[in-house]
Amino acid sequence: MTTEGNTQLLVETLVAQRDDFLAQWTSTVGEDLQGRLSKAELGHELSELYEAILGALTASGLDGRGEHFAETRSLLIELSRNRARRGFTSTETARSVFALKEVLEPSLAGDEQGAQAYLQFARLLDDLGLLTTEAYIRTREEIISSQAEQLLELATPVVKLWDGVVGVPLVGTLDSARTQVVMEKLLQTLVDTNSTHAIIDITGVPTVDTQVAQHLLKTVVAARMMGAQCTISGIRPQIAQTIVALGIEFGDIPTNASLSDALRQALKEVALDADDDVRGLL
Amino acid sequence: MTDRVPVLKIGEILLVSIQVDLEDQMVLDLQEDLSNQIVATGAKGVVIDISALEIVDSFVGRMLATNASISRVLGAETIVVGMRPAVAMTLVELGLSLKGVRTALNLERGLKLLRRLSASRG
Repeated sequence: MTTEGNTQLLVETLVAQRDDFLAQWTSTVGEDLQGRLSKAELGHELSELYEAILGALTASGLDGRGEHFAETRSLLIELSRNRARRGFTSTETARSVFALKEVLEPSLAGDEQGAQAYLQFARLLDDLGLLTTEAYIRTREEIISSQAEQLLELATPVVKLWDGVVGVPLVGTLDSARTQVVMEKLLQTLVDTNSTHAIIDITGVPTVDTQVAQHLLKTVVAARMMGAQCTISGIRPQIAQTIVALGIEFGDIPTNASLSDALRQALKEVALDADDDVRGLL
Repeated sequence: MTDRVPVLKIGEILLVSIQVDLEDQMVLDLQEDLSNQIVATGAKGVVIDISALEIVDSFVGRMLATNASISRVLGAETIVVGMRPAVAMTLVELGLSLKGVRTALNLERGLKLLRRLSASRG
């Protein structure tokens, strides 16, 4: 039997039992998704897909990569994107396509020609299923990279604590990319606010190893070269123990247990400056 | 003949304002001029303004440190003022920390710091 014959048979079957197939398909997929997607929405999505596949089959046969399947592909990519954004797994997404095989099996597998047509159709669906997985993964990656960017922006505020004193509350792990962002922001804020004191608070940094310490030192040295005093505060007891155990040297960089202590020290020095100003010393 | 960086005298302070990117010969000339001027004027302080510099390489970085040491030997304090954030970050990445060089955010703060230093020296 020729491929054309098989296609003919497929199209006929798909047209004849359209409503049955669609209902079964929708219910099979619906069971998989366990009601996390409304029946109406699912039915709408799948019937659109069904029509697209049917149309492409009628026009060009079983070549899933052919141009007549462009609409099907774009529908599938859209579907996968939606699923990925709503937190469905990639298996659930791919099953939406593969379920059509199960639906067709009873009505085609009866005789030899039907079985042949079924196998060819299954191959087409495999291709389409792979496409959904690919689109799903791509969407996930986009989400992850945009979140990473947002995190970088969100997690590094530089706040003005007092006239001439800025604070950097660090939360989360400190890698070289974040150090770069923190350093850039801190130094720019020093210039913008005309500040002479900076306090880096590491209460929110879970662990300090040699790498993190190195990054902190770099930031402090850079701030110093711009002419600002830099203090590190918020060193928790465990962190202090690790720092000593690792033999990390902070050199002559002042460190404090709490932000309030560091702030008090900074304010004292700022006040000293102002005092000298008033007495006409400077 | 290459350009020279001017060394300006204001009271007991010498002001060096670097406005163009430095070539190696200019750096060497500056070192020479500055030490001569300190001796000639008996200056107590030197302010080097690098706020116009967008690029500071390791050679210029070392020059700043050397100048600070030279003037200290000659009895004058050196303050480097106006370093840009990008420059500070580059120097840190190069592994230079300008140890022993005093810095200030801008010229005004640099002058204040110098006056305070000379006041505490009496």
